[in-house]
Amino acid sequence: MSPDINPILNVNKVVKRFGGFYALDGLTFHVVPGEILGLVGPNGSGKTTAINVISGLYAPDGGEVIMDGTRIGGMASHRLVHRGINRTFQVPKPFMSLTVRQNVEVALAYGRAAVTPPPVDELLDEYRLAEVADRPAAGLNNVQQKMLDLVRALATRPRLLLLDELAAGLNPSELDWIAERIKALAQSGIAIIVVEHLMGFIEHITDRVIVMNAGKEIFEGKLAVAVQVPQVIEVFLGGEHAA
Amino acid sequence: MPSALKHLLFMVVPLVILFAVLPGVYQNHLLLFNFVIFLILAQGVNIIYGFTGYLPFGYVGFFGAGAYGFAIMVMLYHWPALPAVIVAGLVGVALGLLLTPLLRLSGAYFAIANLAAALAVLHFVANPALESITRGPYGVSLSGAFDPNLAYAAAIAVMALTLAVVVFLKNSRFGLALQAVREDSVSAAMAGVNVVKMRVIAWLASALVAGLAGGVYAWYVAVFYPDNVFSGDFSIFAIVFALFGGVATISGPIIGVVILYGIYNLIGFTTPQYFQLIYGLLIMGLVLFLPAGLVSLATRRGWNVP
Repeated sequence: MSPDINPILNVNKVVKRFGGFYALDGLTFHVVPGEILGLVGPNGSGKTTAINVISGLYAPDGGEVIMDGTRIGGMASHRLVHRGINRTFQVPKPFMSLTVRQNVEVALAYGRAAVTPPPVDELLDEYRLAEVADRPAAGLNNVQQKMLDLVRALATRPRLLLLDELAAGLNPSELDWIAERIKALAQSGIAIIVVEHLMGFIEHITDRVIVMNAGKEIFEGKLAVAVQVPQVIEVFLGGEHAA
Repeated sequence: MPSALKHLLFMVVPLVILFAVLPGVYQNHLLLFNFVIFLILAQGVNIIYGFTGYLPFGYVGFFGAGAYGFAIMVMLYHWPALPAVIVAGLVGVALGLLLTPLLRLSGAYFAIANLAAALAVLHFVANPALESITRGPYGVSLSGAFDPNLAYAAAIAVMALTLAVVVFLKNSRFGLALQAVREDSVSAAMAGVNVVKMRVIAWLASALVAGLAGGVYAWYVAVFYPDNVFSGDFSIFAIVFALFGGVATISGPIIGVVILYGIYNLIGFTTPQYFQLIYGLLIMGLVLFLPAGLVSLATRRGWNVP
C-alpha cells in the first residue's frame, strides 16, 4: 500500500447503537484500492455491524462513512451497489427458488449499469458453479451458496468488496483456492475488507488488519504484530491469559 | 421463438378466443362473465403475491373502489361506459398509492392491514352521508349504461391485458428482479435492485387490474350494493384459485380458476347442501399436500411450467 493512493472508503468515528448497546463506538479506519484489509476481533466486537453500516443495511447513528469523497452513511443499499460497494453474507443469502444463473442475472441486470458486466458463464466457471448453473440455489451446499453470494456481488462490478466470513466452513484446499481468488481480485484494483475468524487465512491474505473490541479499533497494522500486543491478546484470550 | 411470444400465442390468445366464442354455444352468460372476472382477479393476486410475496387479503378493496369509480363517472358525470372503466382502473391505482405504506408490513401483518383497509373503503363508500355521491348503503343503479355484451367484451380485454402483464413478469428481467425481492429483499438490494420501487410497481399493477375488473363488473351487473362489490368472497376466491393452481406462473391461476370455480358451480347446481364440505376438504387437501399449488406436481419433476 503506498500512502499516495487516496482511500476509496473512510469510516470516521462511526457510532451504531441498538437501544443502549453501542455496537460501533467511534470506529475509524480507511481502505485503499487494491488493498485487502482484515477486520478481526472477538464475537460481538462489531465487525459484522461495520460491514452492515458500510453496505447500507444500517444507517449510522453518528460519524460518517465517506466513499470517493461523498458521504454515503444511511444511503439505500441498491444505491451503494451502483456506487461500487458489494458484499457477501456470513450466512449466505441467495435467491433460493431461482436458479444459480438467474441469481447472477438479476445482479447483472440491476447492478452497475454504467460498467460492462462480466459474462455470466465465465464467472460461474471461475467460482466452480458452472455445473449447477441451472439448478435452484436451494439445492446448493453451503460452500456453493457462499460462492454464489460472491459471484452475485462480483456481477455488479464492485470497487469495494466486503467479505463476511467467506472462508468459514471451507476445507484446506478450498481455503487455498479462495485465498488466491481474493488476492487476484485485489490485484485487479478492488478494495477488499475481510471479516474472518481464521487467523491463518487472515495472515495469509491481508495487507493490514484492524483489531476491534466493543465497537472500537484497538490495533491497526500487520496481524503478525497484533498478536504480540498485550491488549489484543487480552481481548482474544481473556484477562487471565494475558502476558 | 422467444418464450414471451410463445406464452402469448399458446396461452393468452387461445383463452381470449375461447371466452369470445363460448357465449355463442353456452347460454349462462353471467357464469362465463364471472369466470373472466375471477381469471383477472386470480392473476392480479398472482402479480402481487406470486411475484412479491405480499398476500392481499383485502384485494377486493381495489375491485369495489373500481366498481364505484365506474358508477360515479356514469351516474354523476354521465360518462360513456368505456372511459369510465379506465377511470375505474385509475381509482384502483389511486387507492393502491394511498395504501403503499402498508408495504412496510410483512406476512400476516400486511394481510390483516390490507383486509382492514378494504373494510374501511367499504364503510366509507356505504356511509349514508355520501348518498349524493355513492348512494351510500342504498346501492347504485346504472340501467342507462346496461350492456352486458359490451361489458363482457371489455372484461375479456381486461383479462388479456392482465395476462399480458403476467407474461411480461414471467419473461422479463423486471419479473426476475421482483422474484428476487420476494426471495430475499436484502440480497435483492445487494444485486442493485430498488426494492421499494419494485414492490410499489407490482402493487399498483395489481391494483390497476382489480380496479379495471371492478369497473367492468359494475358495468355488467349495473345494479349493486356496497356489500356486493366489497364482498370478502372476491378476495378469498381469487387468493384460493391462484394458490390452488400455483403462483408465480402464468398457467397456475388459470388452472386454479377453471378447476375450482368449475367445481364450485357444479356443486352449486347439483348438491348445494354439500358445497361447503366438499370445498373445504379440497382446500385442506391442497394446503396439506400441495402447498405450492397444482403446478408443483410438474415442477417437482423438474418440468418447467410457464
